[in-house]
Amino acid sequence: MNILVIIEHKNGVMHRMSKEAIAGAQKIGGNVTALVIGENSDSITDELSSFQIEKTLLVTNEKVTSYNVDGYKEIILQIVKVVNPEFIITGHTYQARDFMPRLSASLDIPFIPDLVSVENSSFTKQIMNSKLNASISSSSGPVLISFQSASFSEENISKGSSPLEKFEVSLDASNIRSTADEPFQESASEVDLESAELIVSVGRGIEKEENKSIAFDLAEVLGAEVSASRPVVDAGWLPSSRQVGSSGSTVSPKLYFSLGVSGAIQHVVGMKGSKNILAINKDPDAPIFEIADYAVVGDLLDIIPKLIEKLKDL
Amino acid sequence: MIINQKYMKIAVLVKQVIGSESALEISSDQKWIDESNATFVMNPPDNYAIEEAMQIKEKLGDGEVVIVSMGPQRVQKVIREGLSKGADRGIHIETQESKNIDPLEVAKNICHSIEQENFDLILSGLQSDDTGMGQTGVLIGELLNMSTATLAIETDIDQETIKVKRELESGWFQWVTLDSPSSVSIQSGINQPRYPSLKGIMGAKKKEIKVIAASIEDSKQNLDKIFVPQKSKETEVIDTDVDASVDRIVDILRSEIKAF
Ligand SMILES: Cc1cc2nc3c(=O)[nH]c(=O)nc-3n(C[C@H](O)[C@H](O)[C@H](O)COP(=O)(O)OP(=O)(O)OC[C@H]3O[C@@H](n4cnc5c(N)ncnc54)[C@H](O)[C@@H]3O)c2cc1C
Repeated sequence: MNILVIIEHKNGVMHRMSKEAIAGAQKIGGNVTALVIGENSDSITDELSSFQIEKTLLVTNEKVTSYNVDGYKEIILQIVKVVNPEFIITGHTYQARDFMPRLSASLDIPFIPDLVSVENSSFTKQIMNSKLNASISSSSGPVLISFQSASFSEENISKGSSPLEKFEVSLDASNIRSTADEPFQESASEVDLESAELIVSVGRGIEKEENKSIAFDLAEVLGAEVSASRPVVDAGWLPSSRQVGSSGSTVSPKLYFSLGVSGAIQHVVGMKGSKNILAINKDPDAPIFEIADYAVVGDLLDIIPKLIEKLKDL
Repeated sequence: MIINQKYMKIAVLVKQVIGSESALEISSDQKWIDESNATFVMNPPDNYAIEEAMQIKEKLGDGEVVIVSMGPQRVQKVIREGLSKGADRGIHIETQESKNIDPLEVAKNICHSIEQENFDLILSGLQSDDTGMGQTGVLIGELLNMSTATLAIETDIDQETIKVKRELESGWFQWVTLDSPSSVSIQSGINQPRYPSLKGIMGAKKKEIKVIAASIEDSKQNLDKIFVPQKSKETEVIDTDVDASVDRIVDILRSEIKAF
């Protein structure tokens, strides 16, 4: 069985989730081909050559020097013809979200995304905002799949040695219908969550903007920073520099004290490395409790004001 | 003075999903959630797509916003919701049962129903809160030979060009210029969605919703089983009255975590 893993890289560094995808592909078992597209990739192909895979294919083309959805689609379609993969695998990154569906529609095969495990052609995916899991199967031959962050560990990659092959593609410029500017970062943030020892994090469970004072008061007595889930930032209650998660900061404080955060995967990836997770949520089945060390079931609007009083009296 | 207005025809793809407050009981065949006690809402990310479409139309001065949804009869509620926020008309691709369908089948059905419309722009929420497949808008873009972009957090659309600011990981962004027509998925937080006005709600009742029967041919991916995830971490559950919980939290903070 042939497996194609599409590697993502930036500034000469392989995406962590591409390595996890290699580990996942090795676990599925088969002839794994890694595909690297674009320039500045020597360190990437070097690293891949130390993995126990069939080979690495490198495509460089002046029309696609960096990521472009149309260019990637055209290139991968040509690679698929020669590799004939049963599985086309990526990490479930923002980039994969962008081009994998294009391949799915073009090849007329399913894209089963964001998987947490694969067992005998049964794919497990979280649904309902991480509250439940679903097993999905495919009746198509080949499938496109992507793995959720940390579903496989790069530490489990089998090492070996594998050859590098350059692969020539011919691209029709008229198929490229979008052009991308250089990526950039927004202005520096007002807080440094990443080095905070203690974090009080608020989610939509605080219900109203005015209730954010509860979090700030608690943070003050503890000497903690305040962070937030994305909906709190989207609502304009807190600035985006305070957001934790896949589109915000990644934190690993001594204490992550979450108030009314449900624990969706996009939030959890940003905080699961915390040494102690203390979560308050009124829903006993909230997914945040799956990863919490301490799960307080209750209404934060009742508990936190009393807690602040108690802490002040100490 | 002649103002060069561009008439832009925009489709917004919306999905109706089980609301986050609903209890999630697994159905007896274990293939989905028992919907008999569920409340349904507009998929939250889709609200942002509707708002963005309205803002684009308002900025350009002219155009049409069409709300498109596939599902059983009940999804007309979310189409009406879009109409009450100012969208012009709706298209309902009606399925007989409330069943999860392979995204590629959904995309093909939507394409079939909207192909003749020749939309300049298709907007969709980046993913649904239920199955989170996150691909329908892009699938349709590919099937209809449109340019595509995902996770737009800002749009800059004028007479000539469609530019979107894509959100990348960890606080990075990138502007992408797209050929027209284009299918773009919208990231949550791009705007502040409006609420329908009373006038909007009244007006929506008179707006057209065209109903087209879905035809599901072969589903290539199937949802076989739903289950509660297994816990991997040891957790102390504190489910007591407020005062006891507060005492225990103080104790944990002081003696176990040593936060102070
Ligand atoms: C591509 C992508 C990127 C994303 N990036 C991020 C990201 O970087 N960061 C992020 O956080 N999210 C991100 N999200 C969104 C994520 O999927 C969730 O929607 C979000 O994390 C949910 O935020 P929440 O927990 O605050 O809100 P909800 O899911 O609405 O949860 C609120 C919780 O509060 C509880 N609650 C309500 N009232 C009370 C009360 N009085 N007392 C106690 N508990 C209460 C409820 O039981 C519920 O569990 C992203 C999503 C996508 C698709």
